[in-house]
Amino acid sequence: MIEPVLRVEGLCKSFAGVRALDDVSFDVRAREVIGLIGENGAGKSTLLKVLAGVLRADSGRIVVRGSPVSPANVSAAAASGISMVFQEQALLPNVTVAENILLGHERRALRAGFYYWRALYALAATQLDKLGARISPSALTATLSFGERQLVEIARAVAMEEHTRHEPIILFDEPTSMLDAKGVDTVLGLIERLRQRASVVFVSHRLDEVLRVSDRICVMVNGSCVATRERDMCKIVDLERLMLGRELDPASEQRVPVSKPSTKVVLSVRALARRNRYEDVSFVLRGGEVLGIAELAGSGGESLCRTLFGAERADAGEIIVEGRQVRLHEPADAVRLGIGYVPAERRLEGIIGGLGVRENMTLAHLNELLRGPFIDRAKEREVVNSWIERMRIMTPRADTQAHDLSGGNQQKVVLAKWLIGRKLRILILDHPLRGLDVGVKAEMFVLIRELARAGLGVLLVADTVEEVIALSDSVIVMKDGVVSGRFSASAAKPSRLQVLERMV
Amino acid sequence: MMPADHQGPIGSRPAAAGLELRWWSPLLALVVLCLGFSLAAPGFATVENLWTIADRSAIPLILAVGITFIILQGSLDLSIEGVMATGSLTFALCVLNSRTGLDLGIFGLVLATFAGAGLGLLNGAVITFLRVPSFMVTLGVWSASIGIAMLLSGDQPPLIKDPMLRAFGLERSLAVPNLFLVALTVVLLGFLLQSYTRFGRYSMVIGGGEDVARLLGLPVDRYKVLAFAFAGLLFGLGGALESARIGLGHVDVGAGQMFATITAVVIGGTSLGGGRGGVVQSAVGVLTLAVLSDGMVFVGVSPYAQKAVQGALILLAVLIATWPLRGRLRIVK
Repeated sequence: MIEPVLRVEGLCKSFAGVRALDDVSFDVRAREVIGLIGENGAGKSTLLKVLAGVLRADSGRIVVRGSPVSPANVSAAAASGISMVFQEQALLPNVTVAENILLGHERRALRAGFYYWRALYALAATQLDKLGARISPSALTATLSFGERQLVEIARAVAMEEHTRHEPIILFDEPTSMLDAKGVDTVLGLIERLRQRASVVFVSHRLDEVLRVSDRICVMVNGSCVATRERDMCKIVDLERLMLGRELDPASEQRVPVSKPSTKVVLSVRALARRNRYEDVSFVLRGGEVLGIAELAGSGGESLCRTLFGAERADAGEIIVEGRQVRLHEPADAVRLGIGYVPAERRLEGIIGGLGVRENMTLAHLNELLRGPFIDRAKEREVVNSWIERMRIMTPRADTQAHDLSGGNQQKVVLAKWLIGRKLRILILDHPLRGLDVGVKAEMFVLIRELARAGLGVLLVADTVEEVIALSDSVIVMKDGVVSGRFSASAAKPSRLQVLERMV
Repeated sequence: MMPADHQGPIGSRPAAAGLELRWWSPLLALVVLCLGFSLAAPGFATVENLWTIADRSAIPLILAVGITFIILQGSLDLSIEGVMATGSLTFALCVLNSRTGLDLGIFGLVLATFAGAGLGLLNGAVITFLRVPSFMVTLGVWSASIGIAMLLSGDQPPLIKDPMLRAFGLERSLAVPNLFLVALTVVLLGFLLQSYTRFGRYSMVIGGGEDVARLLGLPVDRYKVLAFAFAGLLFGLGGALESARIGLGHVDVGAGQMFATITAVVIGGTSLGGGRGGVVQSAVGVLTLAVLSDGMVFVGVSPYAQKAVQGALILLAVLIATWPLRGRLRIVK
């Protein structure tokens, strides 16, 4: 057998008494792509962060090309040839692409301590060329699109080979979770391409993607690596069984009980418009109904959701909540009216990472927990604990900082924040399933349906047409900012093709 | 699968156009201001007045270059006036003066900058190693360095008697005020540092995302200390040059400079949040303020009203500078 370029032996890591990594061992061979899968909270991100030097392991060994390393920080890991492409994009928006790619390694482009910009741009262009990316090295990073920025980050990881003389080991933490289908294709294509010059470890929630590019697949459960499979030897169902420790019922999504929307209209929107975003949008949302917006990214649906939560301004049109025309100047207005919003950018807008689960859940509705002028802590604890239990939020304590939770559990906290409110009537979900793994997705799915059955009006935008159709009673399709199709709850559910037709 | 065109990416903001306008608008404002004053008051657009403005902005320019790197990094330095005072007295007591027997000449200037750099180093060290916010640390160092200056001054501020240094502070070379030439050199040096060295570029990087910079293992603390030391050096130099001009080592040489410098930097378009702006922008800001206070005299604004008018115009300028950034959920602190 060939000596692996990276060998991990018995890695352990705990946070505040919770085992995030429990005796993980696996290896990566030269020019091999390893797919790392597992439920949220299985320890995938933690593992990558330990390898990349962001976190330090409590025990265990990391062996790179035969010599043990224990990277104390990211540059130390990079020096041994391991570099990471971060999920949340670790780029500086206010400097050039070239500076981002070569950050910390500018020495070769310095002449007597001074930047020789032409050389810096040329070096960066070399890295971008390896990826076949057409991005100008002198462009300001803030002006790039999301996909382009991801390319820049990958280019930075690839640039490591220039600094270490070895082929790099590149770690991808969910590179595809924020992308649509075309973006996913690009990234998977890149990983294929990287195989020519690097070893890759990549984490994804989408098993089909993992199967498409990985040579071997490593399944993590509860902080350890329970199985490693050759790609050709396994099917999606096997992987799911390994991951969840149970069968996933393929028909479960279809058998979700459909709620009976009441006749009571909770929200109606008339001729709503926002310049350059959407125009002339009208619809009604009834209590107990889930209304899905199907659209390509940037067709106005997200902006519409934000308007209905008071986070963006509308230029024209009316918003009517329970029969009364309302003006939403800021999110606080929406909250007062009983509107809840789960944002797409969970880390940025959904949770306050430094606060505990408890505070995150109750901060929007503290006035409901008052006894006189003071917060009733006992009542708060009781409410929080009941929701942690009801939503199966995996958290060591109610006061654990929210950024220490996995993505799925964070999303549940965000949702619970609104459900706590006694007045909640309308829930706006902006890509509620984004970045969640199959297990949590299924849970969320059932949860959303339950909420509707309890009488809430739910408005949502989701990543794929399938998700929208499966989750919603009625569907409206948006294209270039206008409503291009409607499928009402009374008719039969639309097919994927019917919806797609109106979208493109 | 969902066919999607990836031209409209997640989280994209229309940034480019606004950025361009923001870049140029301070310079445009300066030009408009100059034109306006020229039309309103015939005496404004003369060579002589140009040099008056140049002379007036010389020391603020030096200070602004220093603080620019700190603000680019997202920190703040409130110790300007104190460091200037210490620089001033160090300088006055080391050159030929009425109090001590020393006569170090130009070397006195070097010592004054060293004193300033030392205080800056203290700022930087406390901020980075003891992790105290720059706002508080520099406020403390401000007070402490005023105290040092007072001790050095005693009740008899030293008079500077070195004829060469006095002449340097007051006279002109080829019609240009000497101090303005020094200031221009400092601005040029600052520009080179900002655009062509790791110190300058990493200052930008730190301001743009200190967490990212640390994550990637950049020696963030080192560059922060360097920025404070560099600024201190220039503040010390500013204090010493002001002394050379007035012929006196005095605790109050820097009076009002902190407000003026920070205002100038912001008006020029350097963001107090860090990561945006630069030396040239700061210089434009300083010149704008200098033109403003000079021009008001020419158009006959009552001396009593000048402060109020200046304040109103500063508010207006900041409003214009931050207008493109407005948004409902934008956080203003």
